[in-house]
Amino acid sequence: MKDYGKVYASADEALAGIPDGVVMAAHTWGFCGTPHHLFAAIMRSNIKDITLLCPNFMPFGALEKFLPGPTSLLPKLKKVITPGIGGSRAMGTDDKGFLDDYVKSGQLETEVIPHGIWIERLHAAAMGLGGFYNPVGVGTDVETGKEKRVIDGREYFLEKPIRPDVGIIKALKADRFGNLVYYGASRGSYPIIAQASRLTIVEVDELVEEGEIDPEAIVTPGIYVDRIVKIQEADVGSAKQKKELMQLIMGDAILRKVLLGVSDKGDQK
Amino acid sequence: MKERLGEDVIAMRAAKELKSGDCCNLGLGLPQLLAMYVPDGVRFQAENGALGYGPLVTEDNWQEADYGKVDAGGRFFTTAPGMSYFDFLTSFAMIRSGRIYSVLGGLQVSEKGDLANHSMGGEDIYLMIGGAMDLAWGAKKVIVTMTHTTKDGKPKIVRKLTLPATARNSVDMVITDLAVMEITDKGVVLKETAPGWSAEEIQALTEPKLALAPDLKEMEL
Repeated sequence: MKDYGKVYASADEALAGIPDGVVMAAHTWGFCGTPHHLFAAIMRSNIKDITLLCPNFMPFGALEKFLPGPTSLLPKLKKVITPGIGGSRAMGTDDKGFLDDYVKSGQLETEVIPHGIWIERLHAAAMGLGGFYNPVGVGTDVETGKEKRVIDGREYFLEKPIRPDVGIIKALKADRFGNLVYYGASRGSYPIIAQASRLTIVEVDELVEEGEIDPEAIVTPGIYVDRIVKIQEADVGSAKQKKELMQLIMGDAILRKVLLGVSDKGDQK
Repeated sequence: MKERLGEDVIAMRAAKELKSGDCCNLGLGLPQLLAMYVPDGVRFQAENGALGYGPLVTEDNWQEADYGKVDAGGRFFTTAPGMSYFDFLTSFAMIRSGRIYSVLGGLQVSEKGDLANHSMGGEDIYLMIGGAMDLAWGAKKVIVTMTHTTKDGKPKIVRKLTLPATARNSVDMVITDLAVMEITDKGVVLKETAPGWSAEEIQALTEPKLALAPDLKEMEL
């Protein structure tokens, strides 16, 4: 059994040495792929003035106290770079004021960009590019202040890469080298975050020995993974906790309706 | 007040634009209702990284809800033969590739096919661009489903957008509670009217001049 020094005993230890002002990336999609376990540790830590890159910055409603989402980190954030902020209307909940204290007061800087640009900026960082000419958003506010260029008759504007200092990742399974397998639709932007980040920390439900994962099934090669934390069954964000929480909510007829009907009556009415 | 079509009827009409084998992304809100009405064999794409998943979990099978099987709108889906999972980069390459039909909600559509759907402008800090800009730019066909007018009766089909643009020159078709329209080089063409509504009545609630399709007819479901 080889030891690469990547496996950490706890999420708190895995966050060691992360400075204030860090640029962090994580995939956040409600239940699906959000690194609840590491988020809980970040909330406990002394790290502050974080710039967070995440695919949406939405409140997780009543579930927040069991499973911290990106908005749980608000007191620690300096800036958020995301395609969607708020989400209260889209989620059909009436907590529209939740960001007012932070956004309207200017305490939280926000940069809202389309999903495709968001992920390509991370990808460009992974590839070591200096930038890329992007066509989506031409003629909208997203192009404001950016260098424009016509290439072969089509309009583009320049987008620059963003390299996160730390990628905070949620995967189903890792071996000791850090080869990763994800679970369902929670894969999200993680394969790209792992490639783009200077330091990648992953929380996993299962930790196995090398050779136990079929090489054909590995999505993120372990070369991109620096620190691994196995979530214990009783911990925040464990598969067991999430399953139990879902059974609890779904077992309640009223809550079930909310969860199953989420976004049914959405944004664009 | 004359009766307008309900959201479900708009969704039913929009669903007729899709056929077996098509891959389709449904935006938040009204477009999500299409899921119940599309023909068999239409595959759904979720931005977070799934294609061809099965029916959504409902009251009848809520025990199957799984935290790893969630669509772009946060709803739980079931798995289906032939479905796939993929990462976000693959997902948005797919969305920009011209292979996906996109059904989006709308706040305004201009006569040139400009779309506003992510922001109320002004003081609105709750910006949900999400995948809408990529979808509107890159989809095979962009269908906007929305009410024909705002709550206070103002036209949502306008000459020029007054709300922040989500995409320029991208909408192909608009289906509202009053009409089906195509956006063409010659402007907005009225193709179908809701039962009981005349072209003149619809024109009165629409800012740009509507061209009447030669085969203009009452909407059929």
